[in-house]
Amino acid sequence: MPVLETAEGPIWRLRNRRETLTRWFVWFLGIAIFLWCWQQISDATTWFFVWDAPSIAGDILGRATPPRWSYMDNLWAPIWDTLNIATLGTIAALIMAVPIAFLAARNTTPSALFIRPIALLIIVATRSINSLIWALLLIAIIGPGVFAGIVAIAIRSIGFCAKLLYEAIEEIDHSQVEAITATGASRWQVMVYGIVPQIMPAFAGIAVFRWDINIRESTVLGLVGAGGIGLQLQASLNTLAWPQVSLILLVILAAVVISEWVSAKVRGAII
Amino acid sequence: MRAYAEGETHRELDDLLGTTWRRPPLVQRAWLRWTLLIGFAVYLVAAIASVEVNWTRVYEGLDRGAAFVMAFARPDFVSRADAIWNGMLESIVMTVASSVVGILISIPIALGAARNIAPLPVYLICRGIIAVSRALQEIIVAILLVAIFGFGPLAGFLTLSFATIGFLSKLLAEDIESMDKSQAEAIRATGARWSQWIDYGVKPQVIPRLIGLSIYRVDINFRESAILGLVGAGGIGATLNTAFDRYEYDTAAAILLLIIGIVMALEYISGVIRARVQ
Amino acid sequence: MLRLDALTKTYKTGDKALKEVTVDVPSGQVIALIGPSGAGKSTLIRCINRLVEPTSGKVMLEDLNITNLKPAALRRERRRMGMIFQEYALVERLTVMENVLSGRLGYVGFWRALTRRFPQSDVDEAFRLLDRVGLLHMADKRADQLSGGQRQRVGICRALIQNPALLLVDEPTASLDPKTSRQIMRLICELCAERGLAAIINIHDVALAQMFVARVIGLRFGEVVYDGPPDGLTPEKLTEIYGEEDWEATIEKVDGEDDAIEAAE
Repeated sequence: MPVLETAEGPIWRLRNRRETLTRWFVWFLGIAIFLWCWQQISDATTWFFVWDAPSIAGDILGRATPPRWSYMDNLWAPIWDTLNIATLGTIAALIMAVPIAFLAARNTTPSALFIRPIALLIIVATRSINSLIWALLLIAIIGPGVFAGIVAIAIRSIGFCAKLLYEAIEEIDHSQVEAITATGASRWQVMVYGIVPQIMPAFAGIAVFRWDINIRESTVLGLVGAGGIGLQLQASLNTLAWPQVSLILLVILAAVVISEWVSAKVRGAII
Repeated sequence: MRAYAEGETHRELDDLLGTTWRRPPLVQRAWLRWTLLIGFAVYLVAAIASVEVNWTRVYEGLDRGAAFVMAFARPDFVSRADAIWNGMLESIVMTVASSVVGILISIPIALGAARNIAPLPVYLICRGIIAVSRALQEIIVAILLVAIFGFGPLAGFLTLSFATIGFLSKLLAEDIESMDKSQAEAIRATGARWSQWIDYGVKPQVIPRLIGLSIYRVDINFRESAILGLVGAGGIGATLNTAFDRYEYDTAAAILLLIIGIVMALEYISGVIRARVQ
Repeated sequence: MLRLDALTKTYKTGDKALKEVTVDVPSGQVIALIGPSGAGKSTLIRCINRLVEPTSGKVMLEDLNITNLKPAALRRERRRMGMIFQEYALVERLTVMENVLSGRLGYVGFWRALTRRFPQSDVDEAFRLLDRVGLLHMADKRADQLSGGQRQRVGICRALIQNPALLLVDEPTASLDPKTSRQIMRLICELCAERGLAAIINIHDVALAQMFVARVIGLRFGEVVYDGPPDGLTPEKLTEIYGEEDWEATIEKVDGEDDAIEAAE
């Protein structure tokens, strides 16, 4: 704690001069970087359009209302597809995430030197890349459709689920595992009795949480052609059919709200 | 030691001996349990049946899939170096700018959305902003903003800033609501003004969490910035989309590897910083 | 029946938790292991069933050297050593019955364990044990709904259903109130007498140890510094084990009542 000696006696300061200067410098640097970034964005922007934005926004809003309710008949099938993409994708992801999580957790991995880094790499790689990009990739490989969407959602969710799950495995109460081991149980029995009951709540929570996120993500997968309601959104946007766009956005909003409500209810019931 | 009479317990025990024991089911009511189980099974069958898979197309795709996996072994950073470099730079610029703006805006909103600090009207307004921001996904916001502001990184920047507000304000507000009351009370008891109270009683408690969440959000913003290009809102996404369209898997692999690398670096940095502030 | 021969444990950090501990446990004898925190009591117990691998020395269970058994053989021998834990270490999210039956895991195959289809004789024995400790009506409750004393009784059932020859007991009363502590200690000692089990009980409460057991071993810095009857624990001996303190009050409590024990907690 620095105390400055001055003519009027010692003065207390929170930081000494050098710390203060360093702080100012870091702040200055940060602001400079931000301003430079802003400059880049500004240079790439046609400001004429931006000044015009309020009138364009008003124009779009005017055309988008009221929503074309009759279009709803065309939406039921895509909604069903969207739900399936999210649900089947989540289930597939969980099936793959569980073994990866056990391989990645420090206390259950068979080999911390070789297998754990591979599991961690799978986790990082799958969760770094957005499901839309996975969908793009899969469409290039296996063609457009619901199936590509399911696989994209599944791959994207593996890393997410496995990460949360392996953290839960690492946080378990070790004494319970020890107690089961002390009875003479085999490795697999210890897993079933000592570890699995402890991570079940986390697992259920993760599953429902991810399902909720996947409903959101699957609503837009269609933008790149991977099935679901996003396909209709893309088609409507391309034809500038704004009343349809507004209806679809309302449907997506409703789906998001409902899935969040369901997931909150289920999680409340489990925990 | 036993709370009941000797003879009684023995009868209870004698009844149980020789009977099998089953784990009590998770759902107690049998009809509900079976309804849920059968309902789920029926849904699964219906869902799987309704997915049309063109297996010949998938089979043909396996070659392309293999080619793509092979491309990861020899990614091509060179032939489209300009596009990759510009796209990446734009993604990073959008990430930095939107994170700064988003975080700055979300702090007052978080204060307003914490019930233990803000009066009810302010609370409701701030919670409303958060709800709207969270309900709309980035990509949809980006589509609308591109339609309004035109193509380019400005739309992406605004999208990410908007999404940051919903994410950060909500988590930060929850954190403020669950903070230690006695510390804040002690500062208030010294006669501090509201602003001083926030500075001394609230800020020290939530700053570590704010830093942790902010870095996490920077990470998310970067990942999201990689897809905004798909709808014309700037960033690496446009380059990536082109690469896929032209089946240039080696370029696509290079971009994906860059994204994974940057995300890993960000996660590492965030781990270090979080360990230091806590 | 159990013989520890120059048992030594050195942790990776270089801490010597046990230094050449040699102890002989005859059949059916209950031993209290006392000593300050960090004296190596827990390590000693865990070295016997190799939850902690000893660095050197031997653990002889009857004529079998536990220390160099292969995993499968070690699991077979662990069945003969029931263990009771400090914080009960019940699997909190399983029912009481599942926790008791988990003591039979060493005897049943993987699928039986997974589907919870234990042999009828095991189920009957579980019912009998739960009845013996007064928890029969709790069989279908989840373990985390029980009180501390009840949980420790379930822990005792889990150890006994293994049909062990030896009980390893690690601080059974550390998280219990004085009255329950006594009940649990009494229960353990009664059950050992009924079944002729030998037991090693780690315990930090000297008065409680003196009340129930015939032999006390004092451990300090991983070395045996006392081995004898409880009334041989003079203030000088306790000072040697625990360090300087006024011991008169503790020793008087050997024949004291509950309130006196409370003061010692």
